[in-house]
Amino acid sequence: MESRIKHYNNMLKNREITCTELTEKYLSSIESDNKDLNAYVTVTADAAMEAAKKTDEKISRGEEISLLEGIPMTLKDNISTKGIETTCCSKILEGYKPIYNATVWETLKTQGAVLLGKTNMDEFAMGSSSETSYFGGAANPHNINHVAGGSSGGVASAVGGNIAVYGLGSDTGGSIRQPASFCGIVGLKPTYGAVSRFGLIAYASSFDQIGPITTTVEDSAIVFDAVSAYDKMDSTSQGRKGAPTVDTLKNDIKGMKIGIAREYLEGVRDEVRVCIEKACEVYKSLGAEIVYFDLPALKYALPVYYILACAEASSNLGRYDGIRYGYRTDAYKDVNEMICKTRSEGFGDEVKRRIMLGTYVLSAGYYDAYYKKAQNLRGSIVNAFKNAFKCCDVILAPTVPMTAFEKGNAISDPIETYLTDICTVPVNIAGLPGVSIPCGFGENGLPIGMQLIGNTFCESTILNAAWQYENAVGSEVFRPSQYGIKL
Amino acid sequence: MKYEMVAGFETHIELATNTKIFCSCTTKFGGDPNTHCCPICIGLPGTLPKLNKQVIKYAIMAGLATNCEIANISKMDRKNYCYPDLPKAYQISQYDKPLCEHGYVQLSSGKKIRLTRIHIEEDAGKLIHKRGDTYVDYNRGGVPLIEIVSEPDISSVDEAKEYVERLQQIMRFIGISDCKMQEGSMRCDVNISVRPVGSDKLGTRTEIKNMNSITFIGRAMEYEFQRQVDLIESGGQVEQQTLRYDDVTNTTSSMRGKEDANDYRYFRDPDLVTISVTDEEIDDLRKLIPELPFEKAERYIDEFGMNEKDARNLSKYRRIAEFFEEASDGVKTPKTVANFIIGQIFRRLETEDDKEKFDVAITAQQLKELVMLIDNGKIRNNLAKSTLEKMLDTGKSAGDFISESDMAGMDEGMLNDLCSRAVESNPKAVADYKAGKIKALKSMVGFVMKESRGKADASLAEAKILEILG
Repeated sequence: MESRIKHYNNMLKNREITCTELTEKYLSSIESDNKDLNAYVTVTADAAMEAAKKTDEKISRGEEISLLEGIPMTLKDNISTKGIETTCCSKILEGYKPIYNATVWETLKTQGAVLLGKTNMDEFAMGSSSETSYFGGAANPHNINHVAGGSSGGVASAVGGNIAVYGLGSDTGGSIRQPASFCGIVGLKPTYGAVSRFGLIAYASSFDQIGPITTTVEDSAIVFDAVSAYDKMDSTSQGRKGAPTVDTLKNDIKGMKIGIAREYLEGVRDEVRVCIEKACEVYKSLGAEIVYFDLPALKYALPVYYILACAEASSNLGRYDGIRYGYRTDAYKDVNEMICKTRSEGFGDEVKRRIMLGTYVLSAGYYDAYYKKAQNLRGSIVNAFKNAFKCCDVILAPTVPMTAFEKGNAISDPIETYLTDICTVPVNIAGLPGVSIPCGFGENGLPIGMQLIGNTFCESTILNAAWQYENAVGSEVFRPSQYGIKL
Repeated sequence: MKYEMVAGFETHIELATNTKIFCSCTTKFGGDPNTHCCPICIGLPGTLPKLNKQVIKYAIMAGLATNCEIANISKMDRKNYCYPDLPKAYQISQYDKPLCEHGYVQLSSGKKIRLTRIHIEEDAGKLIHKRGDTYVDYNRGGVPLIEIVSEPDISSVDEAKEYVERLQQIMRFIGISDCKMQEGSMRCDVNISVRPVGSDKLGTRTEIKNMNSITFIGRAMEYEFQRQVDLIESGGQVEQQTLRYDDVTNTTSSMRGKEDANDYRYFRDPDLVTISVTDEEIDDLRKLIPELPFEKAERYIDEFGMNEKDARNLSKYRRIAEFFEEASDGVKTPKTVANFIIGQIFRRLETEDDKEKFDVAITAQQLKELVMLIDNGKIRNNLAKSTLEKMLDTGKSAGDFISESDMAGMDEGMLNDLCSRAVESNPKAVADYKAGKIKALKSMVGFVMKESRGKADASLAEAKILEILG
């Protein structure tokens, strides 16, 4: 399946279309389709046109352009963009315009990327349907009565509906892979430390990782290669290890060992399990070997994730006090009342729930029973994966146990919704890379995704395996055609 | 019943790094509000801290100079609390794995005040109350601090003062902080309790926050000691609480009680990686620790026969000690050098700050040349003294003020002549002396010294005059 980025890059280079025209097309499709999709919360038309003009000037001067130059794209609304509202889709950051660029945006901007706007997400990336967004949820381009998923639902909706070529999301417990799965596209959550977090507004710092959401595996590889570099502004960053992942993307996978951990298949819907089994057959036909094993530590993954992520969130979100930026309550007697009212009015229910949970597990008297225990179990999960990768090269698992929720269902029962993260959170706990690619449809006609999980800094291996599957099966079918531009 | 004081200190010291602990903003004191700030130190969403290596080095030096064990592995933690001067709503500090542990500071009595730990952390901003409004200045936010926590080993105000002074001297000596209490670069929290003399049980303590002068520390401790004793004597109980000291009324008052104590919800800061320091790195830093003031003082007493007071005065400030050591290197009588510094140079250095800076017109070598002239019998003390004054005024060398004839010395004939003249021209002194006023002799010796421009040997002159007087 052809890379959408390469396709446009060729058109631009061959002067079949100008960047200005391409950008205008995307902007007008946003104007018509965003009413349905609610993918964008901010559209930066003027800045996009300005960037496009620069690319056109470069092309008309006969200069070389890089792959990502002039390609219209989007960023999740928790990635800081200088002078452009960055709200995390929370009332508390209403009107907040960062005074600096996130490293990933600085990198892409320097390469000539054309930012169309900022996309919808669950408030502070807390949620699985984008419906905790202050601006309302993003819709699934396959069926707008269903959610695009979350938390990077806006990016997935925009890319799935082709009102952006690609986008960057963030993944703390599945927030790139889950919406990619729901929308029938590709989402890569890189190894913790592969991409700089500087400028990504933190939800849970030891889990958060920025990654691409694209329509093809090759596009994910291209974008990942562009943004995965060591950044001195992020002490936890290490950058990509080894050659660009596009170099090995199309390698033969004969003899590659693909592991199936039985625990991943427990509790997933039959239609999802069937898709995974079919994928195994595809891999076998490509010469890969399927190995089965147990990963019992996975049963701790959800509680470990929710305890640790909420603990970190309770601390990370302490700074929103209305003093320096963002929303501030109207009337107050003193500073304490101001902070209290600002936070009460500025945060939504899901965010408050997680702040309270996180505060509780860190409190004196409860710390050992929750936070410390969860930290220890995190270590066990890390070790369990380490051992698993002694017997396989990649792990194949469902991305989500089901297809996209109907609108409104996710927020009505938070605990039920937390449980749907079961297949995605282990990767974040262990800091591993994982890529979700489409692998079938459910009875309701919505896409089903599968994820390929690799050892730390083995993005090239999982992208290679993903590309081979995509190449064998063909993913054209997963693109809904009623939205976006057609070129 | 007699009571004794039990006190421990938590001392915050700002490190003299050029840049802040987690960003590259300046640490300079003052500046217009919020001009020494960047997205990182005002904690804008999405920013990440980046640990300044110099902070680790300075903190390890503080640990080495106070006999601490240095941890090869340590980490940074978040101390969560909400206050407008703390822009992230948490302070990045160290909780259970501090950089330095188990040290001590020795007092002049020989008593050791044990140090529990020294850890690194970031300073907060400052609130400014003006025209009924509150403003916040984040210039100080992110300035690196070390917190030195002592055991409750201090049992008197004098010990407390000496402890603080010694810490101040050590940190200045190793060059990691200016420790200016009035500017807040050194601040103390005092934990204080009382107990009956002879008891080994600790009483309930109170904590006096943010003391910024040694004098006030003394007064506050005296007041708080008496308050606690009075309370117990009258049948009451000391309540565990945090106090503030009011230097105008010389009283302490409650800031918050035990029940309002913060639960800081410490946990490891996921934005920062483990700090690891090798033994080699620690050894390299150990080499940077100079001989400390108290060690110097002891050596001055032992080697130069200096009295304790002079030895302490000369060793207290690093620049002065270095000046003294350079000027006395190779001279016969280091004590003469010491006397010149203490007697004459100190008069020109009025404040502590002056002494710390030690901005004098002459070099140690120039003083050494002058003292060498005395050593070689070329000139006498009096001439040297007046010459030194001229040198300090102008920055010129001894040679510019002392002529060949001044250095020519004096033979016995010249001395005899002068002594005879002294007797002849002072009949009243002679008469007084003969009438039993021994002091009158001094004025005749003075005459000789004056006439010889200080070249004569006063004791020889006195002997000669006595001889003439019979």
